[in-house]
Amino acid sequence: MASSAAPSRYDCLVIGAGHNGLVCAATLARAGRSVLVLEAANQIGGAALTREFAPGFRVSAGAHLLHMMSADLLRELQLEAQGLEWAARGMPTTALLPGGASVPIGASLSAADTQAYSVYSARMRRFAAALAPIFARTPPRLGTSDWADRWAMLKIGWQIRKLGRQDMRELLRIGGMNVFDLLEENFESAALKGALGFDAVLGANFGPRSPGTVLTLLYRLAAEAAAGASGLSQPRGGMGALCDALSKAALAAGAAIRTGAPVAQIRVEGDRACGVTLESGESIDARRVISSADPKTTFLRLLGPRHLDTGFVRRVNHIRSRGLCAKLHLALDQAPRFSGLSESGLRGRLLLAPSLQYLEHAYNHAKYGEFSAAPALEITVPTINDPALAPAGRHVLSAIIQYVPYALKEGWQSGRQRLLDTVLSLLESHAPGLRASIIGAELLTPVDIEREFHISGGHWHHGDLAFDQFLMVRPVPGAAQYRTPLEGLFLCGAGCHPGGGVMGLAGRNAAQEVIKLSVQPS
Amino acid sequence: MTGSLAPHFRQPLLKTPFHERARALSQVDSFIPWAGYTTIDVFTTVEQEYFAIRNATTLYDLTPMVKYRVAGADALPYLNRLVTRDIAKLKPNRVAYCVWCNDAGHIIDDGTIFRLGESDYRLCTAERQLDWLLDSAIGFDVEINEVTEEIAALAVQGPTSCAVLKAAGLRGVDVLKPFDIGHFELGGHGVTVSRTGFTGDLGYEVWMDPSAAEAIWDALMAAGRSRGIRAIGSQALNIARIEAGFLSPNVDFVSAEHTIRTGRDRSPLELGLSWLVDFKKGHFTGRRALMSEQARGAQRQLIGLDIAGNKPAHNSLLYTDESGRREIGSVTSAIWSPTCKRNIALAMVNAPHFRIGSTVWAEIYLNRELVWERRMSRAKVVERPFFAPERRRATPPAEF
Repeated sequence: MASSAAPSRYDCLVIGAGHNGLVCAATLARAGRSVLVLEAANQIGGAALTREFAPGFRVSAGAHLLHMMSADLLRELQLEAQGLEWAARGMPTTALLPGGASVPIGASLSAADTQAYSVYSARMRRFAAALAPIFARTPPRLGTSDWADRWAMLKIGWQIRKLGRQDMRELLRIGGMNVFDLLEENFESAALKGALGFDAVLGANFGPRSPGTVLTLLYRLAAEAAAGASGLSQPRGGMGALCDALSKAALAAGAAIRTGAPVAQIRVEGDRACGVTLESGESIDARRVISSADPKTTFLRLLGPRHLDTGFVRRVNHIRSRGLCAKLHLALDQAPRFSGLSESGLRGRLLLAPSLQYLEHAYNHAKYGEFSAAPALEITVPTINDPALAPAGRHVLSAIIQYVPYALKEGWQSGRQRLLDTVLSLLESHAPGLRASIIGAELLTPVDIEREFHISGGHWHHGDLAFDQFLMVRPVPGAAQYRTPLEGLFLCGAGCHPGGGVMGLAGRNAAQEVIKLSVQPS
Repeated sequence: MTGSLAPHFRQPLLKTPFHERARALSQVDSFIPWAGYTTIDVFTTVEQEYFAIRNATTLYDLTPMVKYRVAGADALPYLNRLVTRDIAKLKPNRVAYCVWCNDAGHIIDDGTIFRLGESDYRLCTAERQLDWLLDSAIGFDVEINEVTEEIAALAVQGPTSCAVLKAAGLRGVDVLKPFDIGHFELGGHGVTVSRTGFTGDLGYEVWMDPSAAEAIWDALMAAGRSRGIRAIGSQALNIARIEAGFLSPNVDFVSAEHTIRTGRDRSPLELGLSWLVDFKKGHFTGRRALMSEQARGAQRQLIGLDIAGNKPAHNSLLYTDESGRREIGSVTSAIWSPTCKRNIALAMVNAPHFRIGSTVWAEIYLNRELVWERRMSRAKVVERPFFAPERRRATPPAEF
């Protein structure tokens, strides 16, 4: 895909053609920079890709729902003009309950819960709207006397102050709480609490009782607020279609993209990044290198500690980035039939997290290097909305298995089959006959996710979203403004503010920092 | 990358292998803790011990000095990333004095690196810091082990020290140049001798297996009897090191790992150690911070003071003039120098008053039978060291 007349030195090299790398490349190219994107895999997309997992069956192999992609970004890069279509938008969420029942979220509630749910939802929406603008900005540095930093801090404070006395007080009260206590305060229904709590801990190394889980919930809601009102969405052709559109936007703006070009090393000359060496031995020069790889991979593997200070390396090494999710893909010869689930329910997302206790119990096992016999699941059947992903009449089931430890105590040799059996029996209990309809299955453990997507630790957020790895300390102080201690090297991946989830803002914020710096050519 | 922890926490204060010998010579029972060991502050009188350093030979037990073995294929790149000096220039059997900094370019500690083999080094430090050393080893093929308790060490310092070592049977020790390392036999025990020390005088440090410690102490004492050998404590050594202009950690600077208040950290540029910082050797921890500090220019410097009168300026605040209205720094180490016959001090002074030849005023408090008097003394900023005899470098050293 490289353009015919490749320059001998690019303005910018972007490492990784995931959504953040592509957004960054497109934004830079649109600002007139010569950009080359280097992707290790043979196809673009990173962890937002669609690929075959069984003959004729395709699936979004990483993230499987789009709900955080910034609406501004979609407009800015004109992704719909680049061919992005929707198989579904505003998808409903249904809770699967023990005993084979199911209930759409927010339905069949007691009078008290109905009232509480409406108050709670409205309040959380207000909080999310107040926090959302923070996502599209470079976080301020702490402890500097720089006016831009102080101004940015003031803006964050003002955003929260603007909520009004009552809401601000409530936000500050719940901000450091755990989601278990918050939901217990508000609701009676175990199913509702389980489903709402699930969103606070999905992809995190937290149980609902872990401190800071209200923050992770607010984070998700704020990202969704920044994404506009479209809710859970499914791009036609899977998540890969989003990255296809992003790559078209980047190419149209003049960027070049090379796949199957794994970077072996970021090159340094005169204490600044000056390009990369590929695993093939080829060297490519650039004035700036922008990495969408996770911080550990970027700093410890591609750059190497010897170009960095010990204290910084120590902080990078301490980033908590062990993934705690596995992914299951099933090729089915017929649509699964979940007990008590309507046709429309199957078009949406199914959650198996019937109570907060269920989630906490599943998490307890993971703390000790095990997986629970009753894990939590987020299930989609993408072929209902997008039949082209499978041969006619056949279906794909995609599930995120929550709380599967990266370092499984018993080892993945035996653990893999045991986990598969555990999840299939669980699914069978909710969708009788499912096992018999399986034509092909693929299980991605955190270790597989690490290997396939080149994410250190297999954490799809490139590091836990937690209070100490958030905003101006994400990924670590000294690299939280997309710049790194090494002149000419930048980060643009999920490891940076605002973090993981298919959002694209890390890529755009990083590109804007680069553009800001390179107004005066150096 | 592995590390080992010496069990220094099992016993409040450990005894060095020389303890019994030293204790037998101690006349005033003056012991102080040093890096987890009980050590002798004064054996007899400070004056006697000090003059032995400058006129004869002294034995000083420096076993408590923290020692790390750094070995492995990446030992050199590891050390070069750790310290500010270019260790690539350090040849086998040579020693280099160096400092290492945190990311902000502030000193964590100073110490010496001994190159004992092709990729086998020993790092001697004032403080234990395995944590920093191991974190610095991330990404390097290097093994770091604390070996403090595996190696006993004696400083043999003074104008007759070479003669004493030769008399003890260390043939060829006289060809060692400053910072050279040699390997010898002493009474059937292998010893390593480095021409290093903390006195600024002719002197050596003898490194040995702890099991040989007492035998070697006895052999040196016997060989030195006619050359005035004497065991010394830390107080006498402290006078000598101030005369030599050497820095003492936690006295002249506080490790950046220990400071709590901002602005209390010190960079090598501020401590007058720019000659230890090699910006051309490639990256090392603190390099970027030190580059910008150098570009900004030093805001303060550790300098030597020659102070009027004979009262040591202990902990004195320093001022621009006698009125004492504008404070510009403070004294970190002060003594009356018995050899120079000068009232000297090391002091941290703000720009621009640290220039050689500048005059500052020291506020000295005198306790006159429990009545405190305050004296403003004129002081001149002078070059360090205060005392640097030719004999410290002469090779071979003079015969005695």
